[in-house]
Amino acid sequence: MLTISDLSNEIAGKAILKGLSLAINPGEIHAIMGPNGAGKSTLAYTLGGRPGYEVTGGSATFEGQDLLAMDPHERAAAGLFLGFQYPVEIPGVSNLQFLRESLNAQRRQRGEEPLSGGAFLKLAREKADLLRMDMDMLKRPVNVGFSGGEKKRAEMVQMGILDPKLAILDETDSGLDIDALRICGEGINAIMRRPDKAVLLITHYQRLLDYVKPDFVHVLAGGRIVRSGGAELALELEQHGYEAVA
Amino acid sequence: MTTATLPTRAEEAFRYADLAALATLWPLPAESVAVAAGESGTLSVVIAGEAPAARDLTITLGEGANYDLRLLNAGGAYGRIAVKVRLAKGARFHLGAAQLAGGDQTLEIVTEVVHAEPDATSSQVVRSVLAGKATGTYLGRVVVDRGAIGTDGEQSIRAMLLDRTATANARPELEIYADDVKCAHGCAVGELDAQGLFYLQSRGLPPAEAKKLMLQAFIAEAFVDAAEEEVLTQAALQALGALL
Repeated sequence: MLTISDLSNEIAGKAILKGLSLAINPGEIHAIMGPNGAGKSTLAYTLGGRPGYEVTGGSATFEGQDLLAMDPHERAAAGLFLGFQYPVEIPGVSNLQFLRESLNAQRRQRGEEPLSGGAFLKLAREKADLLRMDMDMLKRPVNVGFSGGEKKRAEMVQMGILDPKLAILDETDSGLDIDALRICGEGINAIMRRPDKAVLLITHYQRLLDYVKPDFVHVLAGGRIVRSGGAELALELEQHGYEAVA
Repeated sequence: MTTATLPTRAEEAFRYADLAALATLWPLPAESVAVAAGESGTLSVVIAGEAPAARDLTITLGEGANYDLRLLNAGGAYGRIAVKVRLAKGARFHLGAAQLAGGDQTLEIVTEVVHAEPDATSSQVVRSVLAGKATGTYLGRVVVDRGAIGTDGEQSIRAMLLDRTATANARPELEIYADDVKCAHGCAVGELDAQGLFYLQSRGLPPAEAKKLMLQAFIAEAFVDAAEEEVLTQAALQALGALL
C-alpha cells in the first residue's frame, strides 16, 4: 500500500529524514516510536504534503502512485488520512460543514456522487457515537474551545467519516486521559482494522499500543529506521529505553 | 459631503479614492434617512457588478431610535460607500460591512458616526478581503460631542490580504469631547493562517475551497443577525469565489 524508499528531507535547510525506508501492506498496523527530535512528526507531515517539508531524495509510493508528486488534497482523495498531533482550530467553520465539504470534495475528485445532507448527517452521527462525541460538538467551530482529548476524538470522528485506506496518526495518544485513550484506541480499531486498510501509528509510549496492537514496531532515530520488530519491541523499548534498544 | 466641486486627496475622506472614477459619478446624489424617536430601521447596500459606483448616505437617528446598516462592497473598478450617522440620546447604530476586492479594484468605506447626545451606542464591524493589486480602505471617525456622556462606541476592523501585492488601509479614529465614555477599536491586517489551510487541505479540500471556507467564516461576522443575512452572504460568497 505504502512504500517509502530512502526518503530524505529538509526543513529550512536542516536535514531531518536521512534515508528512511518503510513498507506497509494492507491489513497491517505499524507503530513508529522514537526519541524527541528523531523525525517522527516530520515523517507524518512529509507524507501528508505539508508546505515547507522539502523532499531532497528517495520516494514514497501510495497504491502505485507517486505520493510526493500529489497535492495534500489529492493525497486525501487517494485515501490518505493524517491525524494531527496538534489539531488546528478554525474559528467560524463548523465541524459538520467542514467535514461534509471535505468528504464531498474527495468524492468529486474520485468521480463519485456527492453525499446528500441527510446521508451525511447519518454517517456523522454514527461516527460521533463510535467516539462517544456529542453531535452538538460537531455543530461547533472546528476544534475551537475543545480540550486536548476532545480534539483527538474529533480527529478520529473525522477519520471515521472520511474513511481512508491509510491513516497516519501522529501522537494521537498525547493529551489523552485513560478513558479517552481507550475510546480513541477502540475507534481506531473499529474504523481501520480491516484487511483493506492500514495504519501508521506514531507514538512515544506503549500505552496506546495496549489498545491498538501493532503488527510491526519500528524505532526511528536520527532520521531513519534503526530497528524493526514485532509488538514485543515496544515493550522492550518501554523497559529499557531507546538508547539501549537502538 | 455633497458639493459641486470634486474633492481632492487633500481631503481626508478622499485620501485613497480613485478620483478619476469618482469624477464620472460626481456630484453624488445625497441619500438621507431619518429614523424618528423610538423607531427602528434596517438597510442593506450592495455594490456589485462592473460599473464604478459611489454612495453617500446620511442617517439621522432620533432619541432611542435603532438602525442596522449592512454593506457589501464588491463592485467594479471603484466602489465607495460613505456613511454619516448622527445619534440622538439613547440611539443605537450598528454597521456590518464586507469589502471584497481583487485585480486593480479600489474599494472604500468611509464612516463618520457622531454621538451628539448621551447614552447612544454604535458598533461597526468591517471585514475586507483583498487579492491581486486591489486596495481596500476603511476610514472611520467616531465623534463624541460635548455632553454625550454614557456613549458606547466600538469599531472592529479586520482585513485579510490574499496576495502581498494587495493593500489595506484601515484607520479607526476617535474624537472625544465628553467624559464617561466607552470607546474601543480594534484593527488588524493579516494573511490566511497557513496551518489552518494545510489542515483543511489535508482533509481533501482543494486550495481554493479551503481558502473560501476560511474566508467565509471571516466575512460572516459582518452579516451575522442581519435581516437579509442569507442574501448578503450568498452575494458575498459569489464575489469571494471570483477572487479565488
